[in-house]
Amino acid sequence: MACVSTDVVVLDAAVDDTRTINRALRALPDGARARIEHARGRHNLAVGLHHPVTVDVVGNAGYYCGALGERATVRVDGSVGWCAGENLMSGSVTVRGHAGQSTGASAHGGLVVVHGDAGARTAISLKGGRVAVAGSIGHAGAFMAQAGVLLVGGDAGDGLGDSLYEATVFVAGRIASLGADARVEDLTDDDVAVAVALADEAGFDHIDATSLTKVTSARSLYRFDALAAQRY
Amino acid sequence: MPRTPRPSATFPAAVIEQIHELSDVGHYEIRGWGAKRAVPSFDDLTFLTSSLTRYPLEGYREAIDTTTVLGAGRAERPLVLDVPITIAGMSFGSLSAAAKEALGRAASAVGTSTTTGDGGMTPEERQASAKLVYQCLPSRYGFTPADLRVADAVEVVVGQGAKPGGGGMLLGQKVGERVAAMRTLPEGVDQRSASRHPDWTGPDDLRIKIDELREATDGQVPIFVKMGATRVPYDVKLAVAAGADVVVVDGMQGGTGATQDVFIEHTGIPTLPAVRQAAEALRDLDVHHDVQLIVSGGIRSGADVAKALALGADAVSIGVAALVALGCNRSTTTGDDRSPPEDVTDDYLALGATPGTCHHCHTGRCPVGITTQDPELEARLDVERASRRVENYLRSLTMELTTLARACGKSDVHNLEPEDLVALTVEAAAMAGVPLAGTSWVPGAGAGLP
Repeated sequence: MACVSTDVVVLDAAVDDTRTINRALRALPDGARARIEHARGRHNLAVGLHHPVTVDVVGNAGYYCGALGERATVRVDGSVGWCAGENLMSGSVTVRGHAGQSTGASAHGGLVVVHGDAGARTAISLKGGRVAVAGSIGHAGAFMAQAGVLLVGGDAGDGLGDSLYEATVFVAGRIASLGADARVEDLTDDDVAVAVALADEAGFDHIDATSLTKVTSARSLYRFDALAAQRY
Repeated sequence: MPRTPRPSATFPAAVIEQIHELSDVGHYEIRGWGAKRAVPSFDDLTFLTSSLTRYPLEGYREAIDTTTVLGAGRAERPLVLDVPITIAGMSFGSLSAAAKEALGRAASAVGTSTTTGDGGMTPEERQASAKLVYQCLPSRYGFTPADLRVADAVEVVVGQGAKPGGGGMLLGQKVGERVAAMRTLPEGVDQRSASRHPDWTGPDDLRIKIDELREATDGQVPIFVKMGATRVPYDVKLAVAAGADVVVVDGMQGGTGATQDVFIEHTGIPTLPAVRQAAEALRDLDVHHDVQLIVSGGIRSGADVAKALALGADAVSIGVAALVALGCNRSTTTGDDRSPPEDVTDDYLALGATPGTCHHCHTGRCPVGITTQDPELEARLDVERASRRVENYLRSLTMELTTLARACGKSDVHNLEPEDLVALTVEAAAMAGVPLAGTSWVPGAGAGLP
């Protein structure tokens, strides 16, 4: 049951099931604020919101927090499981703690921010969204990422940027290894400007944008390489 | 006297030709359609229709129910179809927009559903399809929450019969401006989709994914899980455990717009054993018909539909057969109100094919405008005429289905049962789990095989 406290709608995950909470969030008027208390790792909180509301999650959230969102602002003061901000279209998902695998997976737009570390497959299948991680990420970051930006304030695990399309990855720390068809490119002034703006928007102040490593696609996988007059 | 040339059984002419081709291009063969090799199929079964032991319905008069309800139980709005024959997922990109629209119109006319594909939902398709299933594929190309909210069902695609374990493929000549924009890809790229979903890796994760989709759709529509037929008993049970409302099993004869020939011909199991195994898995869990089963892969006739239903399916899906009904592999175009059908045999020959053998969907040079993104070729398919063909075909399949069901004494096509069938070959008897005709022998019965 929702209750209103100083203009903030308070939802209690210890009392309500996920469907009830999400329905209550969808029923909020544009510009409203809500707080989900006692999240305790609950999956699928604030999924599929498609209007401008602000949702604060108190505690740790489970999988798919803020996923499939449009225009909403979702903030988690703890850590999250897999797939925070998955398939985000616009708006933002911000995690104060750490994030599990597949953070920002397939995000078409919007911004996913993780103030701690993020797991494997961060920004996998990215389609135009932006993902900013203050700490380090696991293996297979930006796997098959098609468009958008991944900014990593720490280190990146093995296989970074495997099978990238047109997305760009910036890493402040060490890269364990690059994936297939990924390559390091020189930073341009425009790149630095993009990284500075993203770090500012994410609230990161520990990144020197001029010393980032930029990873893009070598584009050698864009076409089959043994073609003979369309005989394949 | 010259000796008669002696062909090799191990290296027949077709194999020699294939080796020559591979040695020329240094690349595996890519093509469309499904398996071309002969495998045990529904043709190897026959119905034991009524005589003294069963009482038939009047074939030309008595009503028979074909209504098919998918996803009743969990979803607020289950998918209710007038016939148990649906149109399988095929992408805009692989198919022209005209072909997708024609399929949608035909499906709507007979009260059934059609399905999106890799690349998302087009407005034309949504408009044309009264009941539209929205696929959630590993690539997530064009997958948006807005389209999710206007879908009549959601299908999580784990795999498909033509290429279980493999991702989709759309070669550069079909990745035109609109397709590229919908998929967020560079124009002209040889698109090779992911074979794994980006956000879940196993059945435990899939359960949470399905819950996510239910949240995003507010529990309104059913969630399907589609898979290629490989380890069917286990996969079906895991899909049910993950929360699927409907399980779709696609046998190895299932088609594709493009994939490696080695995948098409050498992976998965035929639809015949797949349907039996899937139904048994659902019975084991005591959810048969509560969780519905859709079977696809090489369904061509009302007899195929009837046999699939008798073996335990609730509905079937057709892909290649629907394209053939549109005009695939015809020697002429549809023509339109202004111009008569045009013979395009030469265009087939230019592809190295003939009308009746073409599988060159992957090239984008479809002579009849179905599997192309070329505006000139697409214009060869008149949507109105093509949709009428598919509508006629769906009605014909339904008439064949109900004719057989009435003869088996059923007033509802879903009352067809394995006991209505026998097999014509030992292999089919073992795979379908029905007796070999003229015997009570079911090979493998009681052997504890999955």
